[in-house]
Amino acid sequence: MFKKLFLYSLIANFFFTKKIFAAESGGMPQLDPEFWISQIFWLVLTFGVLYIVLSKLILPKISANLELRKSQIQENIEAAEKQRESSEAKLEEFDGIILKSKIEAKNIFKDVREKIIKNINSKKEILDKQINDEIKKAEVEIDTLRQSAPEKINKIAVVTSAEILKKLIGAEINNSSISAIVDDLVKKNGEKYYGH
Amino acid sequence: MAANPMTQFEVYRIGPEIKVGAFDISFTNASLFMVISSLAILIIFNLGSKKNSILPSKIQLLAELSYSFVSKMISDTAGSKAKPYFSFIFSLFMFVLFCNMFGMIPYTFTVTSHIIVTFILAAFIFIGVTVVGFIKHGFGYLKLFVPSGVPIVLLPLIVVIEIISYLSRPISLSVRLFANMMAGHTMMKVFGGFVVSLGIVGGWLPLSFSVALTGLEILVAFLQAYVFAILTCIYLNDALNLHH
Repeated sequence: MFKKLFLYSLIANFFFTKKIFAAESGGMPQLDPEFWISQIFWLVLTFGVLYIVLSKLILPKISANLELRKSQIQENIEAAEKQRESSEAKLEEFDGIILKSKIEAKNIFKDVREKIIKNINSKKEILDKQINDEIKKAEVEIDTLRQSAPEKINKIAVVTSAEILKKLIGAEINNSSISAIVDDLVKKNGEKYYGH
Repeated sequence: MAANPMTQFEVYRIGPEIKVGAFDISFTNASLFMVISSLAILIIFNLGSKKNSILPSKIQLLAELSYSFVSKMISDTAGSKAKPYFSFIFSLFMFVLFCNMFGMIPYTFTVTSHIIVTFILAAFIFIGVTVVGFIKHGFGYLKLFVPSGVPIVLLPLIVVIEIISYLSRPISLSVRLFANMMAGHTMMKVFGGFVVSLGIVGGWLPLSFSVALTGLEILVAFLQAYVFAILTCIYLNDALNLHH
């Protein structure tokens, strides 16, 4: 069956190819001038309209669109650049502020420390002076006390001696004679009694 | 379906016959595809330029990529002086590209497969470039035919060759596009005819060939539009920046 089909198709082949090549004698329709004028007319018309509409309406729009996009992108890049710069400047400013405030804080700390030290020193001095004064005063007091002590002691010795004598022997002895004796004793043994 | 591979290039009237004086300017299938191509270009690029968002939509991206593609092509080949001609070259590239591409759809008509269409485009470019050259450089534009650094003995010969090559520009430009389109479409039709005639047994080979040819033809359709536009740029470059 396949063989038969193949044979038929081969025969048909011959017929058709013969027809194809036979019909080619018609020549090229392109060289037939019948519609040349019409083709020129319509070519000029359509191409002219196409050119005018494209050049006057559409191409300027596309060009403007492209320009606009380009400039917009450029603008965006520039804006981003500007913002980056400003942020960098701000960062620098921020760093400067931090540095300055650090120095300031250090200065304040130093000042306060100095002030406190000065304060402490002055207070110490005042206190020292007061203490010295007190000491001096006390010393003076002690001195006067010490200086006045032998006299008082002498007096006491005189009075008590008189009292003692009166109680022991019942006789009143003149104070002046007793004090003379005490003076004499003090003169003799003063060193032993008062340590000077 | 006609078996003749050339019938696809036939032009026929659509609608009534329109006559202006002695000239027949009837609306034909060629006119129809010129209108369709132009409309498609206008619609696509209108949609692509309507809204401007920072992140472009797909159609906007398409329009903008085509714009920068053509813009780069012009500035690479003809320099910054060619900027005023950008719209023209852009329209030319898009028109040829869309006509070629629409021709790749089965049962359509390929406008650029007609020598008269490509010749009118090439002739317009040739005349335009020559006029621009003479306006920019006056009669100094004729120095284009006298290359520098050529021995005096050879000069007459060189000048003649240069003039011939200059005058053949519109012909080479138009025939290149027309012949490429016509040959490709004819080949596809022929292979398509083979698929039918060889039937289920032998038709697979021409079918696969036809598929491959379709890919190739799409490439050619783009490439020829590109070549057409870039040659226009090169001619414009000669007129704007006289190097000789």
